[in-house]
Amino acid sequence: MRTSLNVRPIAEVRTMYAFVERNFRLAKRYLSWEVVHIFYSLINAMTIGLIGYATPSSQRAETTLYLVIGALLWGYLSILFDEVANSISYERWEGTIEYTFMAPIRRLTHLLGTCLYGATYGMIRTLIVLVAIAWFFRLPLSHANLWSAILVLIVSSLSFMGLGLIAAVLPLLSTERGAQATHIIQGVILLISGIYYPVTILPHWVQWMSWLSPATYALNMSREALLHGAGLDQLWLPLVELALIGVILVPIGLAIFVAAERYAMRTGRLKRNG
Amino acid sequence: MNLELKSTQSLESSNPSGFVPDGPPVIHCEHVCKRFYEPVEPGDGDVVRRGWLGRRKREVMAVDDVTFDAHRGEVLGILGANGSGKSTLIRLISTLLFPDSGVVEVFGMDAVKQPQAIRRRINRVSVEASFFKKLSAMENLMFAGRLYGLPPAETRQRAGAILERLGFSRGKMHASLENMSRGQQQKVSIARAFMTRPELLLLDEPTTGLDPKSRRDVQDFVEDIIAERKTTMILTTHDMAEAERLCDRVAILDRGRLVVLDTPRALKQMAGPNVQSFEDVFFAFVGKDWKEVVEDEDFA
Repeated sequence: MRTSLNVRPIAEVRTMYAFVERNFRLAKRYLSWEVVHIFYSLINAMTIGLIGYATPSSQRAETTLYLVIGALLWGYLSILFDEVANSISYERWEGTIEYTFMAPIRRLTHLLGTCLYGATYGMIRTLIVLVAIAWFFRLPLSHANLWSAILVLIVSSLSFMGLGLIAAVLPLLSTERGAQATHIIQGVILLISGIYYPVTILPHWVQWMSWLSPATYALNMSREALLHGAGLDQLWLPLVELALIGVILVPIGLAIFVAAERYAMRTGRLKRNG
Repeated sequence: MNLELKSTQSLESSNPSGFVPDGPPVIHCEHVCKRFYEPVEPGDGDVVRRGWLGRRKREVMAVDDVTFDAHRGEVLGILGANGSGKSTLIRLISTLLFPDSGVVEVFGMDAVKQPQAIRRRINRVSVEASFFKKLSAMENLMFAGRLYGLPPAETRQRAGAILERLGFSRGKMHASLENMSRGQQQKVSIARAFMTRPELLLLDEPTTGLDPKSRRDVQDFVEDIIAERKTTMILTTHDMAEAERLCDRVAILDRGRLVVLDTPRALKQMAGPNVQSFEDVFFAFVGKDWKEVVEDEDFA
Protein backbone atom coordinates (compact mmCIF):
# COMPACT_ATOMS: atom_id res chain seq x y z
CA MET A 1 0.00 0.00 0.00
CA ARG A 2 1.15 3.54 -0.69
CA THR A 3 2.63 5.26 2.30
CA SER A 4 3.89 8.50 0.81
CA LEU A 5 1.89 11.57 -0.06
CA ASN A 6 4.40 12.65 -2.71
CA VAL A 7 3.22 12.68 -6.30
CA ARG A 8 4.52 9.61 -8.12
CA PRO A 9 3.74 10.02 -11.81
CA ILE A 10 3.77 6.30 -12.68
CA ALA A 11 1.46 5.46 -9.76
CA GLU A 12 -0.88 8.28 -10.77
CA VAL A 13 -0.97 7.06 -14.38
CA ARG A 14 -1.75 3.54 -13.14
CA THR A 15 -4.61 4.91 -11.07
CA MET A 16 -5.93 6.86 -14.06
CA TYR A 17 -5.71 3.66 -16.08
CA ALA A 18 -7.89 1.93 -13.45
CA PHE A 19 -10.83 4.11 -14.53
CA VAL A 20 -10.12 3.61 -18.22
CA GLU A 21 -9.85 -0.16 -17.79
CA ARG A 22 -12.98 -0.43 -15.64
CA ASN A 23 -15.08 1.64 -18.02
CA PHE A 24 -13.94 -0.29 -21.08
CA ARG A 25 -14.76 -3.52 -19.25
CA LEU A 26 -18.21 -2.12 -18.54
CA ALA A 27 -18.61 -1.16 -22.20
CA LYS A 28 -17.69 -4.76 -23.09
CA ARG A 29 -20.30 -6.10 -20.68
CA TYR A 30 -22.89 -3.79 -22.22
CA LEU A 31 -21.79 -4.71 -25.74
CA SER A 32 -25.29 -4.96 -27.17
CA TRP A 33 -25.98 -1.40 -25.96
CA GLU A 34 -22.73 -0.25 -27.55
CA VAL A 35 -23.88 -1.72 -30.87
CA VAL A 36 -27.24 0.05 -30.48
CA HIS A 37 -25.53 3.39 -29.68
CA ILE A 38 -23.20 3.13 -32.67
CA PHE A 39 -26.08 2.14 -34.92
CA TYR A 40 -28.09 5.15 -33.73
CA SER A 41 -25.13 7.54 -34.15
CA LEU A 42 -24.57 6.18 -37.64
CA ILE A 43 -28.21 6.58 -38.67
CA ASN A 44 -28.30 10.03 -37.09
CA ALA A 45 -25.24 11.18 -39.04
CA MET A 46 -26.60 9.65 -42.27
CA THR A 47 -30.00 11.28 -41.83
CA ILE A 48 -28.43 14.66 -41.25
CA GLY A 49 -26.01 14.19 -44.15
CA LEU A 50 -28.90 13.29 -46.46
CA ILE A 51 -30.37 16.76 -45.90
CA GLY A 52 -27.48 17.91 -48.10
CA TYR A 53 -28.94 15.88 -50.96
CA ALA A 54 -31.92 18.23 -51.01
CA THR A 55 -29.65 21.09 -52.15
CA PRO A 56 -28.71 21.80 -55.79
CA SER A 57 -26.13 19.34 -57.15
CA SER A 58 -23.43 22.05 -57.32
CA GLN A 59 -23.62 22.51 -53.53
CA ARG A 60 -24.53 18.96 -52.61
CA ALA A 61 -21.09 17.55 -51.76
CA GLU A 62 -20.02 20.55 -49.69
CA THR A 63 -23.33 20.82 -47.84
CA THR A 64 -23.33 17.12 -47.05
CA LEU A 65 -19.77 17.29 -45.74
CA TYR A 66 -20.63 20.44 -43.76
CA LEU A 67 -23.52 18.61 -42.06
CA VAL A 68 -21.61 15.38 -41.53
CA ILE A 69 -18.74 17.26 -39.86
CA GLY A 70 -21.29 18.76 -37.46
CA ALA A 71 -22.84 15.38 -36.72
CA LEU A 72 -19.49 13.67 -36.17
CA LEU A 73 -17.89 16.38 -34.07
CA TRP A 74 -21.03 16.81 -31.98
CA GLY A 75 -21.20 13.03 -31.61
CA TYR A 76 -17.66 12.99 -30.23
CA LEU A 77 -17.96 16.04 -27.99
CA SER A 78 -21.29 14.96 -26.56
CA ILE A 79 -19.92 11.49 -25.73
CA LEU A 80 -16.96 13.10 -23.97
CA PHE A 81 -19.20 15.55 -22.10
CA ASP A 82 -21.65 12.77 -21.17
CA GLU A 83 -19.01 10.39 -19.87
CA VAL A 84 -17.34 13.03 -17.71
CA ALA A 85 -20.50 14.79 -16.52
CA ASN A 86 -22.37 11.57 -15.72
CA SER A 87 -19.47 9.63 -14.23
CA ILE A 88 -20.71 10.55 -10.75
CA SER A 89 -24.30 9.56 -11.60
CA TYR A 90 -23.10 6.12 -12.73
CA GLU A 91 -21.23 5.66 -9.43
CA ARG A 92 -24.36 6.66 -7.49
CA TRP A 93 -26.60 4.30 -9.45
CA GLU A 94 -24.22 1.40 -8.90
CA GLY A 95 -23.72 2.34 -5.24
CA THR A 96 -19.94 2.58 -5.54
CA ILE A 97 -19.60 6.33 -4.97
CA GLU A 98 -18.53 6.09 -1.34
CA TYR A 99 -15.88 3.48 -2.13
CA THR A 100 -14.43 5.57 -4.94
CA PHE A 101 -14.41 8.72 -2.83
CA MET A 102 -12.78 7.07 0.18
CA ALA A 103 -10.08 5.44 -1.94
CA PRO A 104 -6.62 6.95 -1.39
CA ILE A 105 -6.46 8.68 -4.75
CA ARG A 106 -6.21 12.30 -5.78
CA ARG A 107 -9.44 13.74 -7.15
CA LEU A 108 -7.38 15.13 -10.03
CA THR A 109 -6.21 11.61 -10.93
CA HIS A 110 -9.74 10.23 -10.58
CA LEU A 111 -11.26 12.88 -12.85
CA LEU A 112 -8.45 12.83 -15.40
CA GLY A 113 -8.86 9.05 -15.61
CA THR A 114 -12.55 9.57 -16.35
CA CYS A 115 -11.70 12.22 -18.98
CA LEU A 116 -9.11 9.96 -20.58
CA TYR A 117 -11.69 7.20 -20.92
CA GLY A 118 -14.29 9.62 -22.31
CA ALA A 119 -11.86 10.90 -24.95
CA THR A 120 -10.64 7.43 -25.96
CA TYR A 121 -14.11 5.92 -26.05
CA GLY A 122 -15.53 8.92 -27.93
CA MET A 123 -12.78 8.75 -30.54
CA ILE A 124 -13.30 5.03 -31.14
CA ARG A 125 -17.05 5.47 -31.60
CA THR A 126 -16.60 8.51 -33.82
CA LEU A 127 -14.00 6.71 -35.93
CA ILE A 128 -16.37 3.79 -36.54
CA VAL A 129 -19.15 6.18 -37.60
CA LEU A 130 -16.73 8.22 -39.73
CA VAL A 131 -15.58 5.17 -41.69
CA ALA A 132 -19.17 4.08 -42.35
CA ILE A 133 -20.31 7.60 -43.29
CA ALA A 134 -17.33 8.23 -45.57
CA TRP A 135 -18.13 5.00 -47.42
CA PHE A 136 -21.87 5.76 -47.61
CA PHE A 137 -21.59 9.34 -48.89
CA ARG A 138 -18.33 8.92 -50.82
CA LEU A 139 -17.25 12.07 -48.97
CA PRO A 140 -15.04 14.42 -51.04
CA LEU A 141 -12.02 14.42 -48.76
CA SER A 142 -9.36 14.96 -51.43
CA HIS A 143 -8.89 18.60 -50.36
CA ALA A 144 -9.26 17.87 -46.68
CA ASN A 145 -6.44 18.42 -44.22
CA LEU A 146 -7.04 15.45 -41.92
CA TRP A 147 -4.10 16.19 -39.63
CA SER A 148 -5.44 19.66 -38.86
CA ALA A 149 -8.88 18.17 -38.19
CA ILE A 150 -7.42 15.58 -35.79
CA LEU A 151 -5.49 18.30 -33.97
CA VAL A 152 -8.67 20.36 -33.63
CA LEU A 153 -10.42 17.29 -32.20
CA ILE A 154 -7.68 16.75 -29.62
CA VAL A 155 -7.50 20.42 -28.58
CA SER A 156 -11.29 20.74 -28.36
CA SER A 157 -11.36 17.67 -26.08
CA LEU A 158 -9.61 19.67 -23.39
CA SER A 159 -12.28 22.36 -23.20
CA PHE A 160 -15.09 19.78 -23.24
CA MET A 161 -13.39 17.93 -20.40
CA GLY A 162 -13.49 21.22 -18.48
CA LEU A 163 -17.18 21.69 -19.27
CA GLY A 164 -17.85 18.06 -18.30
CA LEU A 165 -16.07 18.53 -14.97
CA ILE A 166 -18.17 21.60 -14.21
CA ALA A 167 -21.34 19.68 -15.12
CA ALA A 168 -20.23 16.63 -13.07
CA VAL A 169 -20.68 18.76 -9.97
CA LEU A 170 -24.45 18.74 -10.48
CA PRO A 171 -25.01 14.96 -10.01
CA LEU A 172 -22.64 15.18 -7.05
CA LEU A 173 -25.03 17.59 -5.33
CA SER A 174 -28.33 16.12 -6.47
CA THR A 175 -28.62 12.75 -8.21
CA GLU A 176 -31.71 13.17 -10.34
CA ARG A 177 -31.81 16.93 -10.78
CA GLY A 178 -28.09 16.94 -11.48
CA ALA A 179 -28.48 14.42 -14.29
CA GLN A 180 -31.39 16.45 -15.67
CA ALA A 181 -29.35 19.65 -15.55
CA THR A 182 -26.44 18.09 -17.48
CA HIS A 183 -28.85 17.22 -20.30
CA ILE A 184 -30.11 20.81 -20.37
CA ILE A 185 -26.52 22.13 -20.56
CA GLN A 186 -25.82 19.70 -23.39
CA GLY A 187 -28.95 20.89 -25.22
CA VAL A 188 -27.94 24.53 -24.89
CA ILE A 189 -24.45 23.80 -26.27
CA LEU A 190 -26.07 21.95 -29.19
CA LEU A 191 -28.27 24.96 -29.92
CA ILE A 192 -25.67 27.71 -29.72
CA SER A 193 -22.61 26.08 -31.28
CA GLY A 194 -23.67 25.99 -34.92
CA ILE A 195 -23.49 22.23 -35.21
CA TYR A 196 -25.71 22.04 -38.32
CA TYR A 197 -25.97 25.71 -39.33
CA PRO A 198 -23.89 28.88 -39.19
CA VAL A 199 -24.31 30.65 -35.86
CA THR A 200 -25.13 33.84 -37.80
CA ILE A 201 -28.65 32.55 -38.40
CA LEU A 202 -29.35 32.44 -34.66
CA PRO A 203 -31.40 35.31 -33.15
CA HIS A 204 -29.13 38.12 -31.99
CA TRP A 205 -29.95 37.61 -28.35
CA VAL A 206 -28.69 33.99 -28.61
CA GLN A 207 -25.84 34.57 -31.02
CA TRP A 208 -23.46 36.10 -28.50
CA MET A 209 -23.65 32.90 -26.46
CA SER A 210 -22.21 30.90 -29.35
CA TRP A 211 -18.86 32.61 -28.78
CA LEU A 212 -18.81 31.23 -25.25
CA SER A 213 -19.06 27.65 -26.50
CA PRO A 214 -15.78 25.90 -27.34
CA ALA A 215 -17.73 23.75 -29.79
CA THR A 216 -18.26 26.80 -32.03
CA TYR A 217 -14.50 27.28 -32.46
CA ALA A 218 -13.92 23.54 -32.87
CA LEU A 219 -16.56 23.29 -35.60
CA ASN A 220 -15.33 26.34 -37.49
CA MET A 221 -11.80 24.98 -37.54
CA SER A 222 -12.84 21.42 -38.42
CA ARG A 223 -14.85 22.73 -41.36
CA GLU A 224 -12.00 24.92 -42.51
CA ALA A 225 -9.65 21.92 -42.35
CA LEU A 226 -11.95 19.39 -43.99
CA LEU A 227 -13.82 21.58 -46.50
CA HIS A 228 -11.06 24.00 -47.50
CA GLY A 229 -7.92 22.13 -46.54
CA ALA A 230 -6.80 24.74 -44.01
CA GLY A 231 -3.45 23.91 -42.41
CA LEU A 232 -1.84 24.92 -39.16
CA ASP A 233 -0.50 28.12 -40.73
CA GLN A 234 -4.12 29.32 -41.03
CA LEU A 235 -5.56 27.68 -37.93
CA TRP A 236 -2.86 28.27 -35.34
CA LEU A 237 -4.43 31.34 -33.79
CA PRO A 238 -7.94 29.91 -33.22
CA LEU A 239 -6.26 26.67 -32.11
CA VAL A 240 -4.30 28.57 -29.48
CA GLU A 241 -7.53 30.30 -28.42
CA LEU A 242 -9.33 26.95 -28.13
CA ALA A 243 -6.41 25.47 -26.18
CA LEU A 244 -6.49 28.47 -23.85
CA ILE A 245 -10.21 27.94 -23.21
CA GLY A 246 -9.40 24.34 -22.28
CA VAL A 247 -6.44 25.30 -20.12
CA ILE A 248 -8.71 27.71 -18.24
CA LEU A 249 -11.79 25.44 -18.08
CA VAL A 250 -10.08 22.27 -16.78
CA PRO A 251 -8.63 23.81 -13.58
CA ILE A 252 -11.86 25.75 -13.05
CA GLY A 253 -13.82 22.51 -13.42
CA LEU A 254 -11.51 20.73 -10.98
CA ALA A 255 -11.67 23.56 -8.45
CA ILE A 256 -15.48 23.65 -8.61
CA PHE A 257 -15.61 19.87 -8.28
CA VAL A 258 -13.36 19.82 -5.22
CA ALA A 259 -15.38 22.63 -3.60
CA ALA A 260 -18.60 20.73 -4.35
CA GLU A 261 -17.10 17.54 -2.91
CA ARG A 262 -16.35 19.33 0.35
CA TYR A 263 -19.89 20.73 0.38
CA ALA A 264 -21.25 17.21 -0.20
CA MET A 265 -19.12 15.92 2.68
CA ARG A 266 -20.42 18.65 4.95
CA THR A 267 -24.07 18.10 4.08
CA GLY A 268 -24.01 14.31 3.76
CA ARG A 269 -24.81 14.18 0.06
CA LEU A 270 -21.95 11.84 -0.72
CA LYS A 271 -23.88 8.66 -0.32
CA ARG A 272 -25.11 6.01 -2.69
CA ASN A 273 -28.65 7.23 -3.19
CA GLY A 274 -27.91 10.92 -3.06
CA MET B 1 -35.48 0.77 32.62
CA ASN B 2 -33.18 3.43 31.18
CA LEU B 3 -29.75 3.62 32.67
CA GLU B 4 -27.54 6.70 32.72
CA LEU B 5 -24.67 6.98 30.23
CA LYS B 6 -21.81 4.89 31.43
CA SER B 7 -18.44 4.62 29.79
CA THR B 8 -15.92 2.59 31.66
CA GLN B 9 -12.39 1.70 30.75
CA SER B 10 -12.48 -1.71 32.35
CA LEU B 11 -11.02 -3.67 29.46
CA GLU B 12 -8.34 -5.31 31.55
CA SER B 13 -10.66 -6.38 34.29
CA SER B 14 -13.70 -7.70 32.52
CA ASN B 15 -12.88 -8.53 28.92
CA PRO B 16 -13.10 -12.27 28.33
CA SER B 17 -11.08 -11.96 25.12
CA GLY B 18 -8.14 -10.68 27.13
CA PHE B 19 -7.62 -7.70 24.86
CA VAL B 20 -5.42 -5.05 26.41
CA PRO B 21 -5.22 -1.62 24.74
CA ASP B 22 -1.76 -0.64 23.66
CA GLY B 23 -0.40 2.73 22.55
CA PRO B 24 -2.31 5.79 21.40
CA PRO B 25 -5.88 5.34 20.16
CA VAL B 26 -6.45 4.47 16.51
CA ILE B 27 -9.75 6.36 16.60
CA HIS B 28 -10.33 9.34 18.82
CA CYS B 29 -13.79 10.91 18.71
CA GLU B 30 -14.41 13.84 21.02
CA HIS B 31 -17.78 15.55 21.38
CA VAL B 32 -18.65 14.76 17.78
CA CYS B 33 -21.93 16.15 16.47
CA LYS B 34 -23.51 15.75 13.05
CA ARG B 35 -26.92 16.97 12.03
CA PHE B 36 -28.74 16.68 8.72
CA TYR B 37 -31.57 18.69 7.26
CA GLU B 38 -34.30 16.68 5.58
CA PRO B 39 -37.43 17.68 3.67
CA VAL B 40 -40.35 18.48 5.94
CA GLU B 41 -43.14 15.94 6.14
CA PRO B 42 -46.66 16.53 7.47
CA GLY B 43 -46.66 16.52 11.26
CA ASP B 44 -42.99 17.44 11.65
CA GLY B 45 -42.41 19.62 14.68
CA ASP B 46 -38.93 21.18 14.67
CA VAL B 47 -38.86 22.98 11.36
CA VAL B 48 -36.02 25.32 10.46
CA ARG B 49 -35.35 27.45 7.38
CA ARG B 50 -32.17 26.58 5.50
CA GLY B 51 -30.23 27.73 2.47
CA TRP B 52 -30.46 30.93 0.48
CA LEU B 53 -34.03 30.07 -0.52
CA GLY B 54 -34.97 29.65 3.14
CA ARG B 55 -36.58 26.27 2.50
CA ARG B 56 -38.34 24.57 5.38
CA LYS B 57 -36.33 21.63 6.67
CA ARG B 58 -36.49 19.16 9.50
CA GLU B 59 -33.35 19.00 11.64
CA VAL B 60 -32.14 15.50 12.41
CA MET B 61 -29.41 15.06 14.99
CA ALA B 62 -27.63 12.01 13.57
CA VAL B 63 -24.67 12.01 15.96
CA ASP B 64 -25.01 13.88 19.22
CA ASP B 65 -21.95 14.65 21.33
CA VAL B 66 -20.27 11.28 20.90
CA THR B 67 -16.92 10.69 22.60
CA PHE B 68 -14.92 7.46 22.52
CA ASP B 69 -11.54 5.95 21.65
CA ALA B 70 -10.70 2.70 19.89
CA HIS B 71 -7.29 1.09 20.21
CA ARG B 72 -5.01 -0.91 17.97
CA GLY B 73 -6.26 -4.45 17.45
CA GLU B 74 -9.55 -3.77 19.22
CA VAL B 75 -12.94 -4.82 17.88
CA LEU B 76 -15.48 -2.18 18.86
CA GLY B 77 -19.12 -3.08 18.27
CA ILE B 78 -21.79 -0.44 17.72
CA LEU B 79 -25.41 -1.38 18.33
CA GLY B 80 -28.44 0.74 17.68
CA ALA B 81 -31.77 0.94 15.94
CA ASN B 82 -32.28 2.28 12.43
CA GLY B 83 -31.44 6.00 12.47
CA SER B 84 -29.46 5.77 15.70
CA GLY B 85 -26.36 7.18 13.99
CA LYS B 86 -24.27 4.03 13.43
CA SER B 87 -23.69 4.54 9.71
CA THR B 88 -23.16 8.28 10.14
CA LEU B 89 -20.46 7.54 12.69
CA ILE B 90 -18.83 5.08 10.26
CA ARG B 91 -18.95 7.73 7.51
CA LEU B 92 -17.38 10.32 9.79
CA ILE B 93 -14.51 7.96 10.61
CA SER B 94 -14.09 6.92 6.98
CA THR B 95 -13.58 10.60 5.96
CA LEU B 96 -16.77 10.71 3.88
CA LEU B 97 -18.48 13.19 6.18
CA PHE B 98 -17.30 16.26 8.05
CA PRO B 99 -18.50 16.65 11.64
CA ASP B 100 -20.41 19.84 12.49
CA SER B 101 -18.44 20.08 15.70
CA GLY B 102 -16.04 18.00 17.72
CA VAL B 103 -12.92 16.11 16.72
CA VAL B 104 -12.56 12.91 14.71
CA GLU B 105 -8.96 11.68 14.67
CA VAL B 106 -7.80 8.48 13.02
CA PHE B 107 -4.21 7.34 13.62
CA GLY B 108 -3.70 10.70 15.32
CA MET B 109 -4.67 12.60 12.17
CA ASP B 110 -7.62 14.91 11.79
CA ALA B 111 -10.23 13.29 9.53
CA VAL B 112 -11.18 16.66 8.02
CA LYS B 113 -7.68 18.04 7.47
CA GLN B 114 -5.78 14.89 6.49
CA PRO B 115 -8.29 12.55 4.86
CA GLN B 116 -5.89 11.32 2.20
CA ALA B 117 -3.32 10.03 4.68
CA ILE B 118 -6.07 8.26 6.63
CA ARG B 119 -7.66 6.69 3.56
CA ARG B 120 -4.46 4.82 2.73
CA ARG B 121 -4.74 2.89 5.97
CA ILE B 122 -8.47 2.14 6.24
CA ASN B 123 -11.15 0.24 4.37
CA ARG B 124 -14.81 -0.50 4.75
CA VAL B 125 -17.49 -3.11 4.22
CA SER B 126 -20.98 -1.67 4.02
CA VAL B 127 -24.36 -3.33 4.40
CA GLU B 128 -24.94 -3.14 0.64
CA ALA B 129 -22.35 -4.91 -1.48
CA SER B 130 -21.56 -1.89 -3.66
CA PHE B 131 -20.12 -2.93 -6.98
CA PHE B 132 -20.49 -2.46 -10.69
CA LYS B 133 -22.79 -5.48 -10.85
CA LYS B 134 -22.28 -6.16 -14.55
CA LEU B 135 -18.58 -6.73 -13.93
CA SER B 136 -17.20 -9.93 -12.48
CA ALA B 137 -15.92 -10.25 -8.93
CA MET B 138 -12.33 -10.21 -10.17
CA GLU B 139 -12.88 -7.21 -12.44
CA ASN B 140 -14.30 -5.23 -9.52
CA LEU B 141 -11.45 -6.32 -7.29
CA MET B 142 -8.82 -5.45 -9.90
CA PHE B 143 -10.28 -1.94 -10.08
CA ALA B 144 -10.24 -1.57 -6.30
CA GLY B 145 -6.70 -2.98 -6.16
CA ARG B 146 -5.45 -0.40 -8.64
CA LEU B 147 -6.99 2.42 -6.58
CA TYR B 148 -5.00 1.18 -3.57
CA GLY B 149 -1.80 0.86 -5.59
CA LEU B 150 -1.77 -2.95 -5.71
CA PRO B 151 -0.21 -4.59 -8.79
CA PRO B 152 -2.75 -6.79 -10.63
CA ALA B 153 -0.88 -10.02 -9.83
CA GLU B 154 -0.89 -9.18 -6.13
CA THR B 155 -4.59 -8.29 -6.23
CA ARG B 156 -5.36 -11.62 -7.87
CA GLN B 157 -3.30 -13.53 -5.34
CA ARG B 158 -4.58 -11.72 -2.22
CA ALA B 159 -8.23 -11.57 -3.28
CA GLY B 160 -8.17 -15.18 -4.46
CA ALA B 161 -6.78 -16.34 -1.12
CA ILE B 162 -9.40 -14.41 0.88
CA LEU B 163 -12.28 -15.58 -1.30
CA GLU B 164 -11.14 -19.16 -0.98
CA ARG B 165 -11.02 -18.82 2.80
CA LEU B 166 -14.58 -17.51 2.62
CA GLY B 167 -15.68 -20.58 0.67
CA PHE B 168 -16.08 -18.70 -2.61
CA SER B 169 -15.30 -21.00 -5.52
CA ARG B 170 -12.59 -19.92 -7.97
CA GLY B 171 -14.90 -20.68 -10.88
CA LYS B 172 -17.24 -17.89 -9.80
CA MET B 173 -14.58 -15.20 -9.68
CA HIS B 174 -15.06 -14.39 -13.35
CA ALA B 175 -18.85 -14.49 -13.36
CA SER B 176 -20.90 -11.30 -13.37
CA LEU B 177 -21.81 -10.16 -9.86
CA GLU B 178 -25.42 -9.54 -10.86
CA ASN B 179 -25.91 -13.31 -11.03
CA MET B 180 -24.64 -13.92 -7.52
CA SER B 181 -26.49 -14.19 -4.23
CA ARG B 182 -26.21 -11.42 -1.64
CA GLY B 183 -24.00 -13.66 0.48
CA GLN B 184 -21.58 -14.21 -2.38
CA GLN B 185 -21.53 -10.49 -3.20
CA GLN B 186 -20.82 -9.66 0.43
CA LYS B 187 -17.88 -12.09 0.42
CA VAL B 188 -16.44 -10.21 -2.55
CA SER B 189 -16.99 -6.99 -0.62
CA ILE B 190 -15.05 -8.44 2.31
CA ALA B 191 -12.24 -9.53 -0.02
CA ARG B 192 -12.11 -6.00 -1.44
CA ALA B 193 -11.67 -4.52 2.02
CA PHE B 194 -9.22 -7.07 3.43
CA MET B 195 -6.97 -7.40 0.37
CA THR B 196 -5.65 -3.86 0.98
CA ARG B 197 -4.56 -5.00 4.48
CA PRO B 198 -6.07 -2.01 6.26
CA GLU B 199 -5.00 -1.10 9.78
CA LEU B 200 -8.55 0.04 10.48
CA LEU B 201 -11.56 -1.75 9.09
CA LEU B 202 -15.08 -0.36 9.28
CA LEU B 203 -17.63 -3.16 9.07
CA ASP B 204 -21.09 -1.67 8.66
CA GLU B 205 -23.54 -4.55 9.16
CA PRO B 206 -21.45 -6.99 7.10
CA THR B 207 -23.66 -9.97 7.87
CA THR B 208 -27.12 -8.38 7.69
CA GLY B 209 -29.39 -10.27 5.32
CA LEU B 210 -26.97 -13.14 4.73
CA ASP B 211 -27.99 -16.78 4.77
CA PRO B 212 -26.78 -18.74 7.84
CA LYS B 213 -23.86 -20.37 6.04
CA SER B 214 -22.56 -17.14 4.52
CA ARG B 215 -22.97 -15.44 7.88
CA ARG B 216 -20.93 -18.14 9.59
CA ASP B 217 -18.25 -18.01 6.86
CA VAL B 218 -17.91 -14.24 7.29
CA GLN B 219 -17.89 -14.40 11.09
CA ASP B 220 -15.25 -17.17 11.09
CA PHE B 221 -13.09 -15.16 8.72
CA VAL B 222 -13.40 -12.01 10.82
CA GLU B 223 -12.58 -14.05 13.92
CA ASP B 224 -9.38 -15.31 12.26
CA ILE B 225 -8.36 -11.73 11.50
CA ILE B 226 -9.16 -10.68 15.07
CA ALA B 227 -6.87 -13.44 16.37
CA GLU B 228 -3.95 -11.77 14.58
CA ARG B 229 -4.72 -8.52 16.50
CA LYS B 230 -3.24 -6.35 13.77
CA THR B 231 -6.43 -4.74 12.51
CA THR B 232 -8.66 -2.44 14.50
CA MET B 233 -12.32 -3.03 13.65
CA ILE B 234 -15.48 -1.09 14.12
CA LEU B 235 -18.41 -3.44 13.71
CA THR B 236 -22.03 -2.35 13.50
CA THR B 237 -24.42 -5.24 13.60
CA HIS B 238 -27.99 -6.35 14.24
CA ASP B 239 -26.82 -9.71 15.43
CA MET B 240 -26.47 -9.55 19.21
CA ALA B 241 -24.75 -12.91 19.39
CA GLU B 242 -22.27 -11.69 16.80
CA ALA B 243 -21.55 -8.55 18.83
CA GLU B 244 -21.04 -10.58 21.98
CA ARG B 245 -18.87 -13.14 20.21
CA LEU B 246 -16.62 -10.82 18.21
CA CYS B 247 -16.39 -7.51 20.06
CA ASP B 248 -13.99 -6.50 22.82
CA ARG B 249 -16.26 -3.59 23.69
CA VAL B 250 -19.75 -2.64 22.63
CA ALA B 251 -21.22 0.84 22.30
CA ILE B 252 -24.98 1.38 22.23
CA LEU B 253 -26.27 4.36 20.28
CA ASP B 254 -29.75 5.77 20.60
CA ARG B 255 -30.95 8.77 18.55
CA GLY B 256 -27.36 9.78 17.91
CA ARG B 257 -26.25 9.62 21.53
CA LEU B 258 -23.76 7.19 22.95
CA VAL B 259 -25.72 5.57 25.75
CA VAL B 260 -23.10 3.21 27.04
CA LEU B 261 -19.75 1.74 26.08
CA ASP B 262 -18.03 -1.18 27.74
CA THR B 263 -17.12 -4.83 27.42
CA PRO B 264 -20.01 -7.24 26.80
CA ARG B 265 -19.54 -8.75 30.24
CA ALA B 266 -19.49 -5.35 31.98
CA LEU B 267 -22.60 -4.26 30.09
CA LYS B 268 -24.45 -7.34 31.31
CA GLN B 269 -23.38 -6.62 34.85
CA MET B 270 -24.42 -2.98 34.59
CA ALA B 271 -27.77 -3.88 33.07
CA GLY B 272 -28.84 -5.73 36.21
CA PRO B 273 -28.90 -9.10 37.89
CA ASN B 274 -31.78 -10.53 35.85
CA VAL B 275 -30.20 -9.88 32.48
CA GLN B 276 -29.70 -13.07 30.52
CA SER B 277 -29.08 -12.13 26.91
CA PHE B 278 -27.60 -9.19 25.04
CA GLU B 279 -31.11 -8.30 23.86
CA ASP B 280 -31.92 -7.68 27.53
CA VAL B 281 -28.86 -5.44 27.79
CA PHE B 282 -30.13 -3.35 24.87
CA PHE B 283 -33.58 -3.09 26.48
CA ALA B 284 -32.06 -2.07 29.80
CA PHE B 285 -30.13 0.83 28.30
CA VAL B 286 -32.42 2.02 25.52
CA GLY B 287 -35.85 0.99 26.75
CA LYS B 288 -36.76 -0.63 23.45
CA ASP B 289 -37.21 -4.29 22.68
CA TRP B 290 -34.46 -5.38 20.28
CA LYS B 291 -36.72 -7.73 18.32
CA GLU B 292 -39.17 -4.87 17.69
CA VAL B 293 -36.32 -2.63 16.60
CA VAL B 294 -35.10 -5.19 14.07
CA GLU B 295 -38.65 -5.90 12.82
CA ASP B 296 -39.25 -2.15 12.39
CA GLU B 297 -36.15 -1.98 10.23
CA ASP B 298 -37.32 -4.90 8.13
CA PHE B 299 -40.47 -2.92 7.34
CA ALA B 300 -38.68 0.42 6.93
